[in-house]
Amino acid sequence: MDTLNLLADGLQSAFTLENLAYAAIGVLLGTFVGVLPGIGPAMAVALLLPITYGLDVTQSMIIFAGIYYGGMYGGSTTSILLNTPGESASVMTAIEGNKMAKRGRAAQALATAAIGSFIAGTIGTLLVAFFTPTLANQAVKIGAPSYFAIMLLAMVLVSSVLGASRLRGFIGLFMGLTIGLVGLDLSTGQARLTGGSLELADGIGIVVVAVGVFAVGEALWTAAHLRRMPVDVIPVGRPFMGRDDWRRSWGPWLRGTALGFPFGAVPAGGAETPTFLSYITERKLAGRRGDSDEFGQGAIEGVAGPEAANNASAAGMFVPLLALGLPVTATASILLAALTSYGIVPGPTLMTDQPDLVWTLLASLLIGNTLLLVINLPLAPLWARLLRIPRPQLYAGILFFASLGAYSVNQDPFDLALLLAFGLLGFAIRRFGIPVLPLILGVILGPLMEVKLREALDLSGGEISGLFNEPLAILCYLLIVVVLVAPAVLRRFRTPDEAIPEKEAVR
Amino acid sequence: MTVVVGYIPDKYGEAALTAGIEEARLRGAVLVVVNATKGDALVDRRYVGEEGLAELKARLAGLDVEHEVRQAMGADVADEMLRVVDDTQAQVLVIGIRHRSPVGKMIMGSVAQQVLLDARCPVLAVKPPA
Repeated sequence: MDTLNLLADGLQSAFTLENLAYAAIGVLLGTFVGVLPGIGPAMAVALLLPITYGLDVTQSMIIFAGIYYGGMYGGSTTSILLNTPGESASVMTAIEGNKMAKRGRAAQALATAAIGSFIAGTIGTLLVAFFTPTLANQAVKIGAPSYFAIMLLAMVLVSSVLGASRLRGFIGLFMGLTIGLVGLDLSTGQARLTGGSLELADGIGIVVVAVGVFAVGEALWTAAHLRRMPVDVIPVGRPFMGRDDWRRSWGPWLRGTALGFPFGAVPAGGAETPTFLSYITERKLAGRRGDSDEFGQGAIEGVAGPEAANNASAAGMFVPLLALGLPVTATASILLAALTSYGIVPGPTLMTDQPDLVWTLLASLLIGNTLLLVINLPLAPLWARLLRIPRPQLYAGILFFASLGAYSVNQDPFDLALLLAFGLLGFAIRRFGIPVLPLILGVILGPLMEVKLREALDLSGGEISGLFNEPLAILCYLLIVVVLVAPAVLRRFRTPDEAIPEKEAVR
Repeated sequence: MTVVVGYIPDKYGEAALTAGIEEARLRGAVLVVVNATKGDALVDRRYVGEEGLAELKARLAGLDVEHEVRQAMGADVADEMLRVVDDTQAQVLVIGIRHRSPVGKMIMGSVAQQVLLDARCPVLAVKPPA
């Protein structure tokens, strides 16, 4: 039980008063941004990137992890009380959760969401602790060609599987890759896409891109749609559950966890698919028991399952991030950028180079999860009040922190101009329904991928065959081909009028 | 010939509504209930939601006065209210008022003050029973 010992050590170092305070800050901030629709953990982490440069790695990771888990939890509150999901992962929760709330069972819906999130997050974090070392041990043996192939696979999956349109996904990806290219070529020192400008020679700071796209873009988007009819909020007291609710919730919690974790760990798995699957599963199981009538009118299983699934998938995200240095969500990409800014190379060697960091992080995830439950159950009515914050004040605050953050990195006014440019880009991609994830993944993973590509080609002396000389790499390329070709082939065998109507992709 | 009431679902709005109903009876006028929001927050307690609207309409239907409920959204709640006053050629506008601290007024402004100063008809300002 080596893992348990390491985790216990991690718990010990995480249990300082200071670290606990950071975990609490992270969790509270995360819930705050999770509750408000339009603002998510990715934006919060991006805004905090520059602020945490003053802290050491472990502490900033503790804050970020708290924000991530808190954001997943906070989304459920809005779903249940307003029928307005704060996060895309909470869409499924809204279906039954809001019905429950309308029937006067808001307290139970919030309780099952909170406790389910806690259980799924805890089990998920333990699974991360057990899987990551094993995966990392295997991953050390992976060569540059396979690495390149894995990254390529992740990008293709994220761009083509998630979202409504593959074209939009790839537009986002290539925009991201282009932004990632700007700056001096690492090995030849040649300036690329800088337009002769010296400020761009160092490349575009990830803080500027992330804050511009997430925060300024969202603020512009909100400004363009400022006035909307207010929605009815359902008043809520302190969440609690009766004996019957417990009996009906634990099954969905565990099933949701089992569904969510693997999806979270795979690129393009995301939280949307497992929450949907969990909802469907619970409805089917209820049908088998003969009480499916309640589904559609506020069945507690329909809240417990998807909520557990989305938190388990949030935990699953850490497996590829810690073991391979491969981010699979927007928040994970920014976490990766944060690690890089501390001079830490995320990847299979992370477990051996920075064991303290990894185990303290995992331990603080467990602590954060517990804090989430302890803090949030009594605070639910307070979170509901947040929804009354007027948008102008809220977004003025966000813009202030965005500008402060972008300026503080280099103290260069040029960065503020760049921030605005990326804000406009962020507005444009929202307007045209281009997904953010492929874009941000392109920016962050693109340069890393280039390094691996160079390494692989250096080893083979420039021979293109050097990219295909590992079985894992070939497997990845095969998967990429399947992902790209399969939909086209399937479409041929289907009558045109069966084509699925395009989903609304705009968040 | 109308009596316009500025309504929000709390005790101040209730006081205004009660006085407005009386006023409409006295004058034999049409009662127009206005409820407005800035629409800049996700939730606005002072805006009457679907359920509240149905309740309000049912309550008014049980009365012996001709009535109408209007909801509006705009940058300035006072302007929205005054627009209805102009539209309906109101004889009188009824609003509920409350105590405000000078600081509170400076920061948040006062809808009541703006209405009192800008309305082109007499304004009846009422307070909820203490």
